Amino acid sequence: MILAIFCEAFKTKVSRNANMAKLQAGYLFPEIARRRATHLLKYPDAQVISLGIGDTTEPIPEVITSAMAKRSHALTTLEGYSGYGAEQGEKQLRAAIASTFYGDLGIEEGDIFVSDGAKCDISRLQVLFGSNVTMAVQDPSYPAYVDSSVIMGQTGLFQKDFEKYGNIEYMRCTPENGFFPDLSSVSRTDVIFFCSPNNPTGIAATREQLTRLVKFAKDNGSIIVYDSAYAMYMSDDSPRSIFEIPGAKEVAIETSSFSKYAGFTGVRLGWTVVPKELLFSDGFSVAKDFNRIVCTCFNGASNIAQAGGLACLSPEGLKGMRDVIGFYKENTEIIMDTFNSLGFNVYGGKNAPYVWVHFPGRSSWDVFAEILEKTHVVTTPGSGFGPGGEGFIRVSAFGHRGNVLEASKRIKQLYK
Amino acid sequence: MDAIVQHYISENGTLDIDAWREHLDFTFVCFWGLTIIDNSAGSTCLAIEMVPVTGHCTKVPRNVNIEKLRNGYLFPEISVREFKHIQKYPDAKLISLGIGDTTEPIPEVVTSAMSEALRKAIVEMFYRDVGVKDTEVFVSDGAQSDISRLQLLLGSNVTMAVQDPSFPESVGYVAMGLKFIVDDKFQAYIDSSVIIGQTSKFQEETGKYGNIEYMKCGPENNFFPDLSATSRTDVIFFCSPNNPTGYAASREQLKKLVKFARENGSIIIYDSAYAAYITDDSPRSIFEVPGAREVAIEVSSFSKFAGFTGVRLGWTVVPEELLFSNGFPVIKDFDRIVCTCFNGASNIAQAGGLACLSSEGYMAVRAVVEYYKENAKILVDTFTSLGLMVYGGNNAPYVWVHFPGLRSWDVFNEVLEKTHIITVPGRGFGPGGEEYIRVGVFGGREYILEASRRLKKLFD
Repeated sequence: MILAIFCEAFKTKVSRNANMAKLQAGYLFPEIARRRATHLLKYPDAQVISLGIGDTTEPIPEVITSAMAKRSHALTTLEGYSGYGAEQGEKQLRAAIASTFYGDLGIEEGDIFVSDGAKCDISRLQVLFGSNVTMAVQDPSYPAYVDSSVIMGQTGLFQKDFEKYGNIEYMRCTPENGFFPDLSSVSRTDVIFFCSPNNPTGIAATREQLTRLVKFAKDNGSIIVYDSAYAMYMSDDSPRSIFEIPGAKEVAIETSSFSKYAGFTGVRLGWTVVPKELLFSDGFSVAKDFNRIVCTCFNGASNIAQAGGLACLSPEGLKGMRDVIGFYKENTEIIMDTFNSLGFNVYGGKNAPYVWVHFPGRSSWDVFAEILEKTHVVTTPGSGFGPGGEGFIRVSAFGHRGNVLEASKRIKQLYK
Repeated sequence: MDAIVQHYISENGTLDIDAWREHLDFTFVCFWGLTIIDNSAGSTCLAIEMVPVTGHCTKVPRNVNIEKLRNGYLFPEISVREFKHIQKYPDAKLISLGIGDTTEPIPEVVTSAMSEALRKAIVEMFYRDVGVKDTEVFVSDGAQSDISRLQLLLGSNVTMAVQDPSFPESVGYVAMGLKFIVDDKFQAYIDSSVIIGQTSKFQEETGKYGNIEYMKCGPENNFFPDLSATSRTDVIFFCSPNNPTGYAASREQLKKLVKFARENGSIIIYDSAYAAYITDDSPRSIFEVPGAREVAIEVSSFSKFAGFTGVRLGWTVVPEELLFSNGFPVIKDFDRIVCTCFNGASNIAQAGGLACLSSEGYMAVRAVVEYYKENAKILVDTFTSLGLMVYGGNNAPYVWVHFPGLRSWDVFNEVLEKTHIITVPGRGFGPGGEEYIRVGVFGGREYILEASRRLKKLFD
């Protein structure tokens, strides 16, 4: 990587995209990875344990990997070979997603767009919306919502004093408001990103809260982009889909993923639901335009990943996923107990694989650095998710049991 | 036969029109009706019945750039015509040399391997002698996604140039979900540009979008644009070997292109997806040209090289020396886009890619490429023996056949009607494609031989 630009270096006459210039530092998770790497250089013998980047660690259930291997091998046969697939995804998989997750909610196969994951979908949704829309995010929230908005040109400059980009509505979510924004003080925006169960706070919105959110969107003529990637981690009966709320089909898009259910973070498979009833202000169908984006900017998820996805939704596959999810939920309990026992205020954990720990008055990057330096455990500083995350640390529950137990031990040592 | 249409064809060969309509109806979200009509000019049009909108509208304005996209009331004519043809000749053994989709299975060695440093393997295999570093290689889920991410990187305030022909006439996505018979990638140059907001409106009279520079390529200029007549744009999309003409630019020509880009301070986005099909010593990478590292990005794919059209794997090379006007390295911004808007190609696809580049794997996929090239040779010979002017086929899996004075849709129709062979009318690739048809070479050998037999009979 060139770090020094010499004056003699040839420059094109192509202007740098001004939106890219607005972005702050690096995207959060590569930044964490960089710090981890630096730490390892400093302590080459340290047994670093990562509870930072929310990456799955446990193997994928056999029934799922066999299906992928089978599909892979089939590609070597004339009968089993397939080339370009429908950009929206293979019919069987779309149907299985619709019936498994939206069975009685009136969402059909045709409403499902299979993708290579939520991050890519969010970006394609931004391309769909264009630069002339305003958006709201929870604060704190998953960085891709804000960063993709900046790249699209929807935002103003980053304001260092507020740690916020101009022209984005940040909906503060704190222990004081039960991690649900006070909608009466939220300005209207065209798009509202809402993630539940939430990354990073781990909080799942209640039926009553989501009903209010849908009403708010309806009254304002806004579109909710609802990220339900952690729905299967829920323990209570909070809604697993925004479409459980009456009227949501006219105001919401839902995006989800196999990443955290099936360990597909590397395999790459997810989906987005765009209901037929969702319309732009001129009556044009949002699904129609999204389909155009998908056909122009994408060429479908890998056929092998899709075969895996289909196996995920077989009875055996679903059981396999639930087992893995159960395993991570046990990890979450261990982590929650650890911090609780140390007297911290701990949030989340019940409905998501994330534990949100409060360190009042402290800079989250400082706490991150302290934990890393003294226990060789990687976490994620809350401010990386927005100003509302300052003073918090996110601890993710993905990890081998031994590592999670060891990390807990070290943290107990540090903060006893 | 388009896979989606096929789904609605029952066992006795009839199209379940209602089911298909229902599928299409979704396109119009329940309030548009579809009628397929024939008009006497031989083109098939779709009549859209509009029904008043009921239900809640949000107050979110539709993206004006998407509105600019050709939404035409033209239908993917070829799929429809193919279907109607089958209706008319139910016993015909239809041969499709239309769609640019690979057909041959992926060699065994490729499908059973484990994954490792794919980037290094790509550099070692394709860029060993031209100084590309593995840190400059970005592995992706294919060229279509890469082009879109490059457009996102560049933003709406840049101008672009494309070869003409090299894009299909925007027949629009009126029938959502139906496969387009032309290579989607090429739609991607223009359409992604429109979506990002780089262009102005589509002009019916010229068949072109405003604010795009179309660089005419034909036999008269040796399929290389007259750069002296080309206006400066920020970005130049250049595909070689070319779809649809099959022409591979010579070293001399690419030197001129690089010089042109350098003088204008432009960035070339070079699509080398068909490089594996080159027979002669035409450059396989833009980086074979000195000075290209400061002006070019290269996009490539495993799709046509290894039959990965469904598996999804490709890559983009962004040299460190490539700088924006303010000196900022393009690679840094592209890296940011890739980190923010993407999460990597499937690890399984990457494992397959790595196997493709092992010595055993490479030999195996090359054998499939050679198979397709043999197909190309057969088709080139067939058309040549009939006294027709034939281009391409030598360095790409496409044969570009000239029918001077004839409308390409007429030729398409005649070929389909009389030989039951699907091709692609050149007009579908832009005004520069009129009078030509594109014949794809993907298909089993028997198919290709049978197609040749039928064509010889027709044109004799």
